[in-house]
Amino acid sequence: MKVDTETLYKIAHLARLKVPPEEEGQLLNSLNSVLDWMEQLNEVDTTGIEPLTHMSALDEVDILRDDVVKNQLPRTQALVNAPVHDEQFIKVTKVL
Amino acid sequence: MPYRSFRSVQADLANGTTTCRGLVDDYLTRIAENAHLNAFTEVYADEARQRADELDGRRAENPVRIGRLHGMVIGLKDVLSHAGHGLQAGSHILSGFTAQFTATAVERLLAEDAIIIGRQNCDEFAMGSSNESSAFGVVRNAADPERVPGGSSGGSAVAVQAGLCLASIGSDTGGSVRQPAAFCGVVGLKPTYGRISRWGLVAYASSFDCIGPIANTPADVALLLEVMAGADEFDSTVSTRPVAAYSQATLPSLASGGRPVRVAYLIDGVESEGVSPDIRRATQGAIDRLLAAGHVVEPVSLSLLKYLLPTYYILTTAEASSNLSRFDGVRYGHRAQPASGAQTDLVEMYKQSRTEGFGPEVRKRILLGTFALSASYYDAYYTKAQQVRRLVRDETERVFANYDFLLTPTTPGSAFRLGEKSDHTAETDPLQMYLADIFTVQANVTGYPAISIPNGTDSNGLPIGIQLMAPPFAEESLIAMAERMFKV
Repeated sequence: MKVDTETLYKIAHLARLKVPPEEEGQLLNSLNSVLDWMEQLNEVDTTGIEPLTHMSALDEVDILRDDVVKNQLPRTQALVNAPVHDEQFIKVTKVL
Repeated sequence: MPYRSFRSVQADLANGTTTCRGLVDDYLTRIAENAHLNAFTEVYADEARQRADELDGRRAENPVRIGRLHGMVIGLKDVLSHAGHGLQAGSHILSGFTAQFTATAVERLLAEDAIIIGRQNCDEFAMGSSNESSAFGVVRNAADPERVPGGSSGGSAVAVQAGLCLASIGSDTGGSVRQPAAFCGVVGLKPTYGRISRWGLVAYASSFDCIGPIANTPADVALLLEVMAGADEFDSTVSTRPVAAYSQATLPSLASGGRPVRVAYLIDGVESEGVSPDIRRATQGAIDRLLAAGHVVEPVSLSLLKYLLPTYYILTTAEASSNLSRFDGVRYGHRAQPASGAQTDLVEMYKQSRTEGFGPEVRKRILLGTFALSASYYDAYYTKAQQVRRLVRDETERVFANYDFLLTPTTPGSAFRLGEKSDHTAETDPLQMYLADIFTVQANVTGYPAISIPNGTDSNGLPIGIQLMAPPFAEESLIAMAERMFKV
């Protein structure tokens, strides 16, 4: 078993998620069965194979436009979707 | 009867049999009559009527100077940004979210006079193959409302199937346009990776995601591709290659001296026990028709076939865990309320917001991806899958050194019953759902284009789809071939 209870809570913390206690058992089973299935890849010999990291054609990787400011989101619009905000800022719980 | 091709819409608009307003009113009526299918999460009734009136006025002024999509009534999967409209990716975490800008693809549809009639239901964050994981509830297949429409673009496929709009724009990360198109008896196209800008598409797995059209005919998806494709300065992965006139694409006929088309078919598609007998038979039928028409059709096998889905799931969950980290309850989306009187720190707020906002499948995939990217397992999972991805692409490239197209069934089975593969309380294997994408993921793992077209029905009267895949940027011949097979 790749993921035990301790590992589950560790990755949940890294992912900024909680594990509802009633889901713990099922989640462990489900994650482990998917991870076991993923491990089939170990049957493939990948010695010396360069990982494929970009899907664009080789001559088209990271085409950048000129570094000019455009497409801005005005403050009033940016605040529209904020759950808690005042006139100028998005508010969060006290940090310091 | 709803229109089944844009050509017939255009003909009736030109001869005055109908108007844009008439079209919109008809679609709105059918949407209301088919509310039980749950295909739309929001319908823009007033806005669509107003737009239709404007377009009718424009045609009256000058019938020649109208856009290429004038009169095409389109629905958008709930993952495409459309300024001033709701956008939720089928998730509670984006409840109440209003899009602040318009996706490049959508902008281009509007510039050609399309009418957007609403946004359509989908699996949460496009993660699913049955449209059962949406915060807006399940979508039902119009061929049998007790069955799933496929996913994740389930609402979009059903809307076209049931005549609730002429076409839809979905997204395809592992088959999310083609698999529901197959389940619903319509046409779905996943273009080459980077053919259409992803600016304004809610990200699931950025090295796989493609925007793709769903419509009744290959000609209609071709026209939509033609309009949406091409360079865009807001997506650094979009291709700058010229956009062909996909809607005019033809293959030279054998009679006029054209060479026979070379089609490879995946032997598993007609022989594997995992494929339903009806689908095997239908696929064999398509092969026989191609042979009878004088084409070269030969079996091939892929040594890496069984590794496609594990590769796909490692890489997409990893990318998703990173992409979905932006949903933290701060700048937008759902923020958890602290229990009264409780002091909550920021990390606690993130965790509570994300746990409340995301559904179980999305949380599971984020956890899988976080695990695959964690320091101790990164090479064993993530790097390994990237290496296998290259091997899969190399093997696929070798197939296309000898053939123009690769033919498979789109799916191993037809539409399954609601709950059949998703009931977490029953003894269902979570991997069963994933297997629905066995034939579609290859195109996403490699970045190749692929199209699903209808190929008859099974013994229950449920639609069957057949898939053609082509090399990168060969959409012209892919669509022309699909058009030819579609007409038979």
